[in-house]
Amino acid sequence: MYDFFHNTDIGIVILTFIEALVLLVPLLIGVAYLTYAERKVLAAMQLRKGPNVVGPFGLLQPFADALKMLMKETIIPSGSNRLLFFMGPMLTFMLAMLAWAVIPVNNGWAIADINVGILYLFAISSLGVYGIIIAGWASNSKYAFLGAMRSAAQMVSYEVSMGFVLVSVLLCVGSLNLTDVVLAQRTVWFCIPLFPMFIVFFISTLAETNRSPFDLPEGESEIVAGFFVEYSSMSFALFFLGEYANMILMSAMTTILFLGGWLAPFNVVPFTWIPGVIWFVLKICFVLFFFLWVRATFPRYRYDQLMRLGWKVFLPLSLLWLVVTAGALMAFGWLPNT
Amino acid sequence: MAFLDRTARSLVLGELLAGLGLTLRYFFKQKATINYPYEKGPISPRFKGEHALRRYPNGEERCIACKLCEAVCPAQAITIEAEPRADGSRRTTRYDIDMTKCIYCGLCEEACPVDAIVEGPNFEFSTETREELMYNKDRLLANGDRWEPELARRLELDAPYR
Repeated sequence: MYDFFHNTDIGIVILTFIEALVLLVPLLIGVAYLTYAERKVLAAMQLRKGPNVVGPFGLLQPFADALKMLMKETIIPSGSNRLLFFMGPMLTFMLAMLAWAVIPVNNGWAIADINVGILYLFAISSLGVYGIIIAGWASNSKYAFLGAMRSAAQMVSYEVSMGFVLVSVLLCVGSLNLTDVVLAQRTVWFCIPLFPMFIVFFISTLAETNRSPFDLPEGESEIVAGFFVEYSSMSFALFFLGEYANMILMSAMTTILFLGGWLAPFNVVPFTWIPGVIWFVLKICFVLFFFLWVRATFPRYRYDQLMRLGWKVFLPLSLLWLVVTAGALMAFGWLPNT
Repeated sequence: MAFLDRTARSLVLGELLAGLGLTLRYFFKQKATINYPYEKGPISPRFKGEHALRRYPNGEERCIACKLCEAVCPAQAITIEAEPRADGSRRTTRYDIDMTKCIYCGLCEEACPVDAIVEGPNFEFSTETREELMYNKDRLLANGDRWEPELARRLELDAPYR
């Protein structure tokens, strides 16, 4: 059996398929419940109760929503480019799922434990902008187009500072492999020595996933719903799922890079009894709560403020901290792999 | 100096953290939501809901067909026809309210000299067809019979202010 799954071509394909399924099904359920959690958290912070009618505590609400989405009619605008119109949401959703291939949920539990994990993640999250820009262009609507333009500019600007943050983490780890990144945090999580980078990275992920307060691409007060105004039914649902899957992905990235991945917070007995996956999920939930919390708290940025923050604050700050990190590593001889 | 001060303050994110703290406090506060169909908010005795025609305790209908309510109704939702009854008293033969026209201003209630037409506490009388909202005399009298204890209590509670 082991031989079949690891040494024959067909066996490897089947094994990978099963592994992907085992990862993606809980992920999609997680996405469904993230929408529920978002509504509950926002409601609680606005002194409301949130969904509480469908099932106990409203727990079946995501499924009711999904069913409603499926029943709706798919409307294709007459001036749209049909092929690209459907490619947009599919691309967004696919890319959001694709990135999970390299995420290690526990020691060695990654579908593809490749040596360029961080670069892969960074590349996939950068590609995400294509889904949005294609959707915005193919809809043949001015609102959608404006939303797509904003989104492209915003994601590109914040990726620059995110890149520098990643480089400073890399300097401390000496490897691009995500498992190595986590294992390098056994003594201290990177959110402590690289605290300013951690904050910059978190805020950049908010901008990267088009979340409030940087949700200009879908700023409903100005451009209705931004790049997905023309979408309905399942094509809309795919965008929705993609956006929330991206949120979970970015939280996973934050967890791996700064919060010690699957490692227990203290390397002592009651904490180490709990399996790594649970720690990993708990940490993701913690970061996701921040996403929702921030959404409940802050108003939307103005577009020029968003650009100013990205280029004139985060970029110099991350560059400076990169130099400081590199200098400290050299000065104290803490450079890994030397 | 002022520039440095401002920059340092914004880099520490003090105001943003204060905002986050505020929302976190609200997160744990008692919620203001009323679980509507199961819980309902309090209603004032003056609440202007569904109309009702009242009767005297002996079962005689109060309305004397003076048509003041019909005259005062700003939406012209009330239609009254009347003729003397066999015993010589003046009563309505027709008393219709078009609930789709009614604006719930309460002027009919104010105008009525015998407290016959009143607006009750009931606000849950939605229907599935428009026709069901054309109330006739029977419907209004039935409402009166159904809500009478509550209607009497409301009139009594509001009496000192009239």
